[in-house]
Amino acid sequence: MRGEPTILPLRLSGVCYEAGGRVLLDGLDLTLNGPSRTVILGHNGAGKSLTLRLCHGLLRPTRGRIEWLGPGAAMAGRSRHAMVFQRPVLLRRSVRANLVHALSLAGIGGRGTRRCLADEALERFRLTDLADRPARVLSGGEQQRLALARAWVLKPEVLFLDEPTANLDPAATRAVEAMIDTFHGEGVKVVMTTHDLGQARRLADEILFLHAGRLVERAAARAFFESPQSPEAAAFLAGSLSF
Amino acid sequence: MSDIVEAFLAALRLILSGDPEFLGIVGLSLRVTMGAVAIAAVIGLPLGALLATLRFPGRGAVIIVFNALMGLPPVVAGLFVYLLLSRSGPLGPLGLLFTPLAMTVAQTVLVLPIIVSITRQVVETMWEEYAEQLRSLGSTTMRAVPTLLWDARYQLVTGVLAGFGRASAEVGAVLIVGGNIAGVTRTMTTAITLETGKGNLPLALGLGMVLLTLTLVINGAAHAVGQVGRRAGG
Ligand SMILES: Nc1ncnc2c1ncn2[C@@H]1O[C@H](COP(=O)(O)OP(=O)(O)O)[C@@H](O)[C@H]1O
Ligand SMILES: [Mg+2]
Repeated sequence: MRGEPTILPLRLSGVCYEAGGRVLLDGLDLTLNGPSRTVILGHNGAGKSLTLRLCHGLLRPTRGRIEWLGPGAAMAGRSRHAMVFQRPVLLRRSVRANLVHALSLAGIGGRGTRRCLADEALERFRLTDLADRPARVLSGGEQQRLALARAWVLKPEVLFLDEPTANLDPAATRAVEAMIDTFHGEGVKVVMTTHDLGQARRLADEILFLHAGRLVERAAARAFFESPQSPEAAAFLAGSLSF
Repeated sequence: MSDIVEAFLAALRLILSGDPEFLGIVGLSLRVTMGAVAIAAVIGLPLGALLATLRFPGRGAVIIVFNALMGLPPVVAGLFVYLLLSRSGPLGPLGLLFTPLAMTVAQTVLVLPIIVSITRQVVETMWEEYAEQLRSLGSTTMRAVPTLLWDARYQLVTGVLAGFGRASAEVGAVLIVGGNIAGVTRTMTTAITLETGKGNLPLALGLGMVLLTLTLVINGAAHAVGQVGRRAGG
């Protein structure tokens, strides 16, 4: 997409992550390809966030390898994958300045270009009216929208999202889901975690099910929800239904 | 009692008269202190931020030294700079002793630890919050320094003002390296020391009032900046 050679696929081979004497992720083997939407499910503490942070390069696996295999990966330059955190950190500046700063870190454009790109993103994510407000006084939904706009403005090929609607009300949740659709519609590979099964049904093309640091099941979304193959996934779905 | 009232009234008249000697003393004090604060800020803000973000052997010791230096007695700072600048000292050939520049240097030594320590503390807390997000956006630790300094601006202004308060109130350092020479290195605090001893209470009181007002203004400004910062979302 966008004329640049792809960085995908992303391959994890035998990835382990240990901390504090505990094995938190154990032998992850998987290859991610675009542009399908991958949703990672699992109980609290299963290792979903860790998996995203490893893939995004914020953590190094203690064993195993994480490799971007596409021709674009070998090219020098800025990172082509972005991440939206469960609790995104917005800078103590205006909404627009948050976008301009991200562009500047990515080395995109000069001063004028950055401002134009930022304004375009503000428009796109319906933040134009809030452009000059301090980012940290926005509502939770608006903050998350800004975090998505900040990722979008960097034009990533892959977007990692960690529980992007965890603390949002239903309306804000729908708005964020619509924006994730926008990313997907533009050809961005979406990899996200959620604890909201309804959301997983609405958004997922495929499911990765993690259980206690292991990848227990990987399936197309429909197949996963209709007939999970592993007892852990079946119990997870059954347990979630009983709430 | 009436002597004191007399002196107060005389001091007020002096302040309002625009007496050139009086204004000269106030002006020199402000120039010296503002110069010291400016130099200390230019060095101390990035230094404090680097101390907050970089990890290196001996970091803990450096932090402790700067924290301890916040309590450095001004006379000791003055003595130290005196030894550097005195005729036989390493910087003696520059001939700076008993000049306003020497006083600025001495006050810089006093202010720098305050700015470094406060900056380190403020930026370290912010770095804990920002580090992963900034790395995700492609920032190196070095590149994060200006980001952090800007985002901590309201708290840092308060820290710089604290440094200004310390420098404008001290007498020991400027007295030792400046020598309290009338019209050349006589500041508000050294003049108060001297004039009180000589019994010239109106001048001492007048300068005292200006100093007190300055302190109030600094604290008022620090408070106002804090308010603005909180309103902008902390
Ligand atoms: N840096 C760390 N040190 C020690 N334990 C950690 C660390 N990061 C995460 N963990 C633990 O790893 C497990 C998986 O964490 P996480 O990936 O955040 O789970 P989740 O699936 O809920 O997102 C949890 O038990 C968590 O407490
Ligand atoms: Mg998590």
